[in-house]
Amino acid sequence: MGYSFPEEALEHVLWFLSSDKDRNSVSLVCKSWYEIERWCRRRVFVGNCYAVTPEIVIRRFPEVRALEMKGKPHFADFNLVPEGWGAYVYPWISAMSVAYPWLEEIKLKRMVVTDESLELISKSFKNFRVLVLSSCEGFTTDGLASIAANCSNLRELDLRDSEVEDLSGHWLSHFPDNCTSLVSLNMSCSGSEVSFSALERLVARCPNLRTLRLNRAVPLEKLPNLLRRAPQLEELGTGAYSAEIRSDIYSNLAEAFSFCKQLKGLSGFWDVVPAYLPAMYSVCSGLTSLNLSYATLQCPDLTKLVSQCHSLQRLWVLDYIEDSGLEALSASCKDLQELRVFPSDPFGAEPNVFLTEQGLVSVSEGCPKLQSVLYFCRQMSNAALITIAKNRPNMIRFRLCIIEPQVPDYLTLEPLDTGFGAIVKSCKELRRLSMSGLLTDRVFDYIGTHAKKLEMLSIAFAGDSDLGLHHVLSGCDSLRKLEIRDCPFGDKALLANAAKLETMRSLWMSSCSVSYGACKLLGQKMPRLNVEVIDERGPPDSRPDSCPVEKLYVYRTVGGRRIDMPGYVWTMDEDSTLEFS
Amino acid sequence: METVYENGLNLKATELRLGLPGTDNESQTQTSSPCVKNNNKRSSSEMDTEKQESVSPPPKTQVVGWPPVRSYRKNVLQQQQNNPESDGSGMFVKVSMDGAPYLRKIDLKFYKNYFDLLKALENMFKCNIGVYSEREGYNGSEFVPTYEDKDGDWMLVGDVPWDMFTTSCKRLRIMKGSEAKGLGCNL
Repeated sequence: MGYSFPEEALEHVLWFLSSDKDRNSVSLVCKSWYEIERWCRRRVFVGNCYAVTPEIVIRRFPEVRALEMKGKPHFADFNLVPEGWGAYVYPWISAMSVAYPWLEEIKLKRMVVTDESLELISKSFKNFRVLVLSSCEGFTTDGLASIAANCSNLRELDLRDSEVEDLSGHWLSHFPDNCTSLVSLNMSCSGSEVSFSALERLVARCPNLRTLRLNRAVPLEKLPNLLRRAPQLEELGTGAYSAEIRSDIYSNLAEAFSFCKQLKGLSGFWDVVPAYLPAMYSVCSGLTSLNLSYATLQCPDLTKLVSQCHSLQRLWVLDYIEDSGLEALSASCKDLQELRVFPSDPFGAEPNVFLTEQGLVSVSEGCPKLQSVLYFCRQMSNAALITIAKNRPNMIRFRLCIIEPQVPDYLTLEPLDTGFGAIVKSCKELRRLSMSGLLTDRVFDYIGTHAKKLEMLSIAFAGDSDLGLHHVLSGCDSLRKLEIRDCPFGDKALLANAAKLETMRSLWMSSCSVSYGACKLLGQKMPRLNVEVIDERGPPDSRPDSCPVEKLYVYRTVGGRRIDMPGYVWTMDEDSTLEFS
Repeated sequence: METVYENGLNLKATELRLGLPGTDNESQTQTSSPCVKNNNKRSSSEMDTEKQESVSPPPKTQVVGWPPVRSYRKNVLQQQQNNPESDGSGMFVKVSMDGAPYLRKIDLKFYKNYFDLLKALENMFKCNIGVYSEREGYNGSEFVPTYEDKDGDWMLVGDVPWDMFTTSCKRLRIMKGSEAKGLGCNL
């Protein structure tokens, strides 16, 4: 013994490590490796903004250049999390504005971002380059104007699926004339009309622009102006894809598309007029990603379109594609990896399209690389699920939504336990699963037994008893996120598996049967979990301990209880005295 | 309820039972408690074998957040952007309903026939329009669909062939059945 490995050499080696997992492993080797690693970590990912505080992150990693963070629970996407719940980014921005003057990237998902935060970002970080706000809210076009005006080196501004209050379209005009650094601009979520000439000039002066996602307000007849100025584009999101039927508009558009030889991804397509579809045919053979989930095209047009996209790897589409369109897809697109089929009429009582389980079965047969599925339909059978499982053991993400809750196998009227059981048994690398239809405790037994790589599970209107929940919590070794709604799961399984919850990022349970008393007990016994009861009926104390809570959100944390809770959220504390925020 | 946590192991919970659902009374919720705001789709009384054999689906109530579709996707059908004028881009007409506070706009080009149109209107306004008959119009229906044609006359929806209707319809009005008498052919 007695050799010493120079720190500089180790640091040099660590420089090449980008994966968080690897860096975390390195930092566990010994104290000196921990020290060396923490000084050279540049990227931090915080999966739950309340799992840690800004102070703790800054203390451990003093030289961070990029932060990626997520806030609200996933079910917030479906309005299950009331307004004002939390996930405010401002405290983070405020702390980082002092600690990380060289911060370059901020990527946020499901967080509340105010104009104040955006302005602080734009003024605090001189080398700021990348802002991605995914499913965020709380800001207006004024905040965007600050970013545009002050971030002179901005490369990416991506507002995917966020809610922005449109005060004025002029925010885009705030990009200074000497800003030429844009690589990616996604403003598809914005409603207001931006100054087209400002947009045109911006696109023209950014030679590295690869991704441009327009909003609906950008008219189709003006699209060629942008395409001609950015023939190097790889990803394009059109605005509204409709215009008066005129041959000059058509030929202009077709010609502009033909110049874009690098296009790999297309999206947008609001208000599609089918007559204008052929204008984009010239790019189809090179497309790897196609998002038609806003395109209210009928089956024949959709079929014709996807049949030309032989290189397609990812397709998002409405159920207008029907079984026949999916069969054509399976014949034409042998590289398909991801398919998402969204419902055109989710609240209609009757089916409005000929889309059944057969469409998914066809694709599972014809597309050997299919590994990621999101499928909305109105009927399913165990036989179909078993076939899909047999065809695609390489499935990684499988999310099936049968629109009516608790619907059984339509052929046998049995629960869909065996079908989903086949999926988890066959697809050994399955990481994400969402289930629907009629399901008993049996399916959870299958999941606990076989789904050893499962990281995220979403359950709704399923199961019979606590045994179901117990199977999952005790069996799924890799489980990180569990979200449950409207299931008869109660206290027993939760309390018996309390320790499991510390190995997971979070657990969400709403409209289940977990009592207030059990929540208190859990909070008392597990100091490193935040056990938050969400209840809009008023203080849980005013009801008996046996009364079930409306919603429960449990997550591990080293940050202690949070201090920004709204009036309808209560933390179950160690000392079991409830503090109202 | 036993303090299962103190014991660590709750053998009952870990017991693998393949018994039929509903045979274990301990796991049922306390639905008798007055404090339970039961927006559970399944109450404990439904946990029996009969439920599984029953063919009829559960009653259709509006369940929050189900199906899990994000709000910006929900409006795809209804929120067709205002594309007025020309024949290529759609036939948008305003739709009013007696008693409703605001109007809607639909694209007639989107529907293939009267059946689709009426179903869509019923969904949009949550009303009951009923069935058209040549002789009696919508006699007996709570709501009656009417339209203003190119000549400015108010007509009953369904009287003329579909294609003629889509080209002559300027706007739609869903009237209360009681006020619609006189539009049917045979009254």
